[in-house]
Amino acid sequence: MNRAILLGIGALVAAAAVAPALPSYPLTLLTQVAIMAVLAMSLDILLGYTGLPSLGHAAYFGAAAYAVGILATERQAGFLTCLVAGVLLATVTAALFGLIAIRATGTYFLMITLALGMVVWGLAFRWVSLTKGDNGIAGVPRPELPLPWSLSAPLPFFYFALVATALAWAALGTLARSPFGLTLKGIRESETRMRALGYDVWLHKYLAFVISGAFAGFAGVLWAWYNGFVSPVDVQLVTSVETLLMVALGGPGTLAGPALGAAMIVFLKNFVSVYTKRWLLILGAVYIGVILWAPRGVLGALRSQR
Amino acid sequence: MCLSEPLALRLERVSKAFGGLRAVDGVELAVRPGERRALIGPNGAGKTTLFNLVAGALPVTTGRIELFGRDVTRMPSHRRAALGLTRTFQVSNLFPSLTVLDNCLLAVQAPTTAKFAMHRPLARDLALRARAEDTLAAVGLADRATAIVRNLSHGEQRQLEIGLALAGRPRVLLLDEPTAGLSPAESAAMARLLGRLDPAITVLIIEHDMDIALELARHVTVLHYGRVIADGTRDAVRADPTVREIYLGA
Repeated sequence: MNRAILLGIGALVAAAAVAPALPSYPLTLLTQVAIMAVLAMSLDILLGYTGLPSLGHAAYFGAAAYAVGILATERQAGFLTCLVAGVLLATVTAALFGLIAIRATGTYFLMITLALGMVVWGLAFRWVSLTKGDNGIAGVPRPELPLPWSLSAPLPFFYFALVATALAWAALGTLARSPFGLTLKGIRESETRMRALGYDVWLHKYLAFVISGAFAGFAGVLWAWYNGFVSPVDVQLVTSVETLLMVALGGPGTLAGPALGAAMIVFLKNFVSVYTKRWLLILGAVYIGVILWAPRGVLGALRSQR
Repeated sequence: MCLSEPLALRLERVSKAFGGLRAVDGVELAVRPGERRALIGPNGAGKTTLFNLVAGALPVTTGRIELFGRDVTRMPSHRRAALGLTRTFQVSNLFPSLTVLDNCLLAVQAPTTAKFAMHRPLARDLALRARAEDTLAAVGLADRATAIVRNLSHGEQRQLEIGLALAGRPRVLLLDEPTAGLSPAESAAMARLLGRLDPAITVLIIEHDMDIALELARHVTVLHYGRVIADGTRDAVRADPTVREIYLGA
């Protein structure tokens, strides 16, 4: 556990230190990594800690991104309004979807979350009057903060995203080590024993689901500001699958692992796609390799070698 | 029998059917507080199914279950546990990739509100930790606190199985074959552990080892094909000709 924390802090400090020396393209990728790390860590609470494989996590991410997109362009909403509205919409969406999904386990949970994710994608695609459909919402402005630097420049925004990621990591890390966090691991290991001990397993899973959705929403808010553009791509199935792969590759149940997984996927996607359009093929090969040789993810493999 | 005090556990014509099979068939059971009751019967007699009905892991087909005079027939298992009903499992049902201490902490914090705390590390809750360590000491696992449960021996896992049930301070304890798979020496240690249980706890035990079952419990209920075929003191049950024929094999 401590090793993962040291690794994470080391990565944050190293990223902050090299950022000023980086050209804008790698800096943009690093910003993406920071935001996707929040999304992957939020899913880790479900997949890695509670043992619930959600395949619809883009729904909460996307719902928050759309909330920011619409509010910032049509109502010129500021930092706090966008942040609260985005996270709130994601939380409410997760609270509704959780009522439907938490009854199921295993593959059925996977399929229900996938279906619910498609509902949000369908809304984003078809509710044109609100979402502008396939065209997406362009020109989402970054928030004005009482800071000496404008967030519209890449470097200040990178630091902004990095701080947000560190905060999310600290919050989720505290949750994972709390008494409630232990109950989630207990549910992952044996639901029947948890019930016999007197735990309302449904309630604990539901709370984990809603919290996970809220943090996915936080990532979505950051993403809308970063990208300046919100479209159905943000809520589509591929985004959910990529998030699941980030967690699986990095090491479920470690938080730092999924963040590492986010870095791997973002860099792989962007570098490989320069040379070939079939980057998903390469991603698939990497995934199969990890499943074969490091089924507990990269961080899980490092830890068991100790 | 003192009638003013409610029974710890009362089953009225409890049945469970799996399709055409009546695994538990019209079982009546009355267990007084503090009593030690052995539940015996050949394989497939419905003993574990009966435990699952009492604990709430399976719904009854017909009948009524009362816990301390309260109807719990339709109550989910976690709420029965909150009323003080705890069980162990025939095949160890633990949290294999967590440490022994974390396993025990999960049991200790279950009846408290601490289980919903999200903002502070569990490691700082010294009261919970002390209680978990006491429980581990009581079942002889004090020096194994940091071990991962998956790496424990079978005997140690059986000890922890009892420890998890005791940690929540139960009023009614259902023990499903606590000595399953143990060596004679481990069984004897388990029998000593069970003999030391707080006399206020009501204990219902399924046990294949007759010596252990009859040493712990004076009162024995015999199940056969889902029905109670004998119910009485251990000497009376031992002398019962039907029981001797179908179960004790004499």
